[in-house]
Amino acid sequence: MQALLWTLSLPLFGMIVLALWGHHPKAHRLNIACTVAGLGFAIIMAIETLHRGPKTYLNGLLYVDAFNVYLVVLTAMVGVTTAIFSGPYMLHELARGRVSANRMRLYHSSYQGFLFAMQVALSSNNLGVLWVAMEGATLSTVLLVSLYRTPESIEAAWKYFLLCGVGIAQALFGTVLLYFAASKVVVQQEDALLWSELIKVAAQLDPTTVSLAFGFLLIGYGTKVGLVPLHNWLPDAHSEGPTPMSAVLSGLLLNVALYALVRIKMITDAALQSSQSVDPHIAGFLMMGFGLLSFIVAGIFLHRQTDIKRLFSYSSIEHMGLMTFAFGLGGPLATFGALLHMTVHSLTKSAIFITVGHASQIAKTQRIDGIRGLIATQPAVGWGLLIGTAAITGFPPFGVFVSEFLLLTATMRTWPWLTLPLLLGLGIAFAGLLRAVQPMVYGEKPNGQLPVPANMLPVLTQFTLVMILGLAIPAFLARWFDAAARLITGAGVLP
Amino acid sequence: MFFAQLPLYEQAILVLAAVVLMLTFFMLAHPRMLSVVHLYATQSLMLTVATALVAYDMQLPHLYVSAALTLLLKTLFVPWLLIRIIDRFEMHFEHDELPHPFLTVLSAGIIVVFCYHTTLPIAAQLLSVTRNLIAICMAVVLLGMLILISRRKAITQVVGFMTLENGLFFAAVSVTRGMPMVVELGVAFDVLVAAIIFGVFFLHIRESIDSLDTSLLSRLTEKDHR
Repeated sequence: MQALLWTLSLPLFGMIVLALWGHHPKAHRLNIACTVAGLGFAIIMAIETLHRGPKTYLNGLLYVDAFNVYLVVLTAMVGVTTAIFSGPYMLHELARGRVSANRMRLYHSSYQGFLFAMQVALSSNNLGVLWVAMEGATLSTVLLVSLYRTPESIEAAWKYFLLCGVGIAQALFGTVLLYFAASKVVVQQEDALLWSELIKVAAQLDPTTVSLAFGFLLIGYGTKVGLVPLHNWLPDAHSEGPTPMSAVLSGLLLNVALYALVRIKMITDAALQSSQSVDPHIAGFLMMGFGLLSFIVAGIFLHRQTDIKRLFSYSSIEHMGLMTFAFGLGGPLATFGALLHMTVHSLTKSAIFITVGHASQIAKTQRIDGIRGLIATQPAVGWGLLIGTAAITGFPPFGVFVSEFLLLTATMRTWPWLTLPLLLGLGIAFAGLLRAVQPMVYGEKPNGQLPVPANMLPVLTQFTLVMILGLAIPAFLARWFDAAARLITGAGVLP
Repeated sequence: MFFAQLPLYEQAILVLAAVVLMLTFFMLAHPRMLSVVHLYATQSLMLTVATALVAYDMQLPHLYVSAALTLLLKTLFVPWLLIRIIDRFEMHFEHDELPHPFLTVLSAGIIVVFCYHTTLPIAAQLLSVTRNLIAICMAVVLLGMLILISRRKAITQVVGFMTLENGLFFAAVSVTRGMPMVVELGVAFDVLVAAIIFGVFFLHIRESIDSLDTSLLSRLTEKDHR
């Protein structure tokens, strides 16, 4: 209880203090301190939850179980590493004159605000509050996307704001419909949006209304997940904002949106179980379809990118597509794989964006053909980028390989012929990424290219974690994923 | 069922819903920016009245809070903010013509029919009032999107966005008798922050492209930049 409240209130505290304090050379230390403390409390809460099982807090306003608590820890963890990275990075940007002192204040305050919104979205028991927090996450990042005030960044932020705003509005309409269906079943009107109540009565909900609600919610949260064809905002917002922002957007925001979608799917599946009028598996099929489409299209688009951050944001769309597909597939194995994939993708992708940030500071450009000879200039950054690319494209011994292997196995069991497009998509994405990254890390070092101050410790930590997850998943973590898979599908992989 | 046989309260809600839908059509096609903002304010006022009516008829005091929020935020604050920006940039007589008014309005009509068609299966087991309301709210939401897509100027796009929000609120109020209080407050807060951020954005867009015509924001495309 205490730990959860601390996890939530620390970012809130950080947001307010950093906004009032203004820019200060030590502001980034406070930023790091808040996230580190938040991670500590998140871990304490996770241990409590794993021992005691699902629990609601604060009159049912907050809810934690094995599924969301692991995302809370993941969010806090990536929040820490990105905060550590963003300290020297943003000071360098300040020194280069790309941001002013006032915008540093905006940056730090919004960073904490974003983390706060994400943690609220994850731990909220009320689907309406979940929506509010998702919108809050958009609002807190939109001014960060336009932090550099270039015409491109303002366009990206405008697009991000409008597209996500419109998308998420559809999700609110879906929430209203769900509330409408639930208020006829739940005794207490006020409780009709509480997840813990909804899942109990899900089987009695009106299938037609719930399926319509799912449609709206899929469009709404799907926009935030970055599913094709609603993905347009994603590469722009990732490429034009400051790099720490890209890291948390890619590593965390997309996860939280997908989390919301999975929760809704659980209700929808239960409601449609014995329905005559609607196909009971419609939610899963829709997610599989959109997921596979995003996976393939993003893989193809990887080949056309000229900007390094756009390149990796398309890779994020590709992976989110794969996870959406896996959650749609359902079944314990696919869900276990998807949960693992969520973790390793977040860790790997945020580490990659950190390296990419340093790489573009070294080369003073984000254009792929302007970045050359990274290993020769600064080996840590060059190797970091190369290892990250190898990890994200699914090379063993990294965790992405294991999760993708699990997903392929699960697909082979239920929909054998779908493994073909999956393998093809993995191949296309692999070629697209390696083709672009290879000349950047090797190659001649351009004249006068100098190393930049960089703290590669967070990157190293994250790659090590991903490698450990690839070689041998610790037993407690496997149990944890299994418990989450049990919650989602009703059955686990482990005995 | 005839309209006149319904209870007075349901008649009033239906009339308000019809007016909201009609105002959305006006907003879609009206060429003058200032008038579009006024139309939006009127629509929000209708929403306030509807909320207060539901609160009165159903004896739900928390909906009065929601009605007050709608009045302050959407009927007064957001239009005031937009009109102030129009004043500041001296755009009183600026037009934002639709490129294809006939086609746009025709597709808007089709959207309304589509919404009625989609909600038909839900409505089969419901009162005809709720059936109408769900369809109309869905139509206002989708028409708000259409305004966003077809308009060029940032201000009218924001009005489209806010119209969409109005459709959602109308759904929440009329179909489900309001959402739980914590959600209502949260959503109102988000709308407030969104409106302020929009205001900040106008300045930035104006600074960067010297106009509020967002069709000029077209640097980021999937074409090769070479």
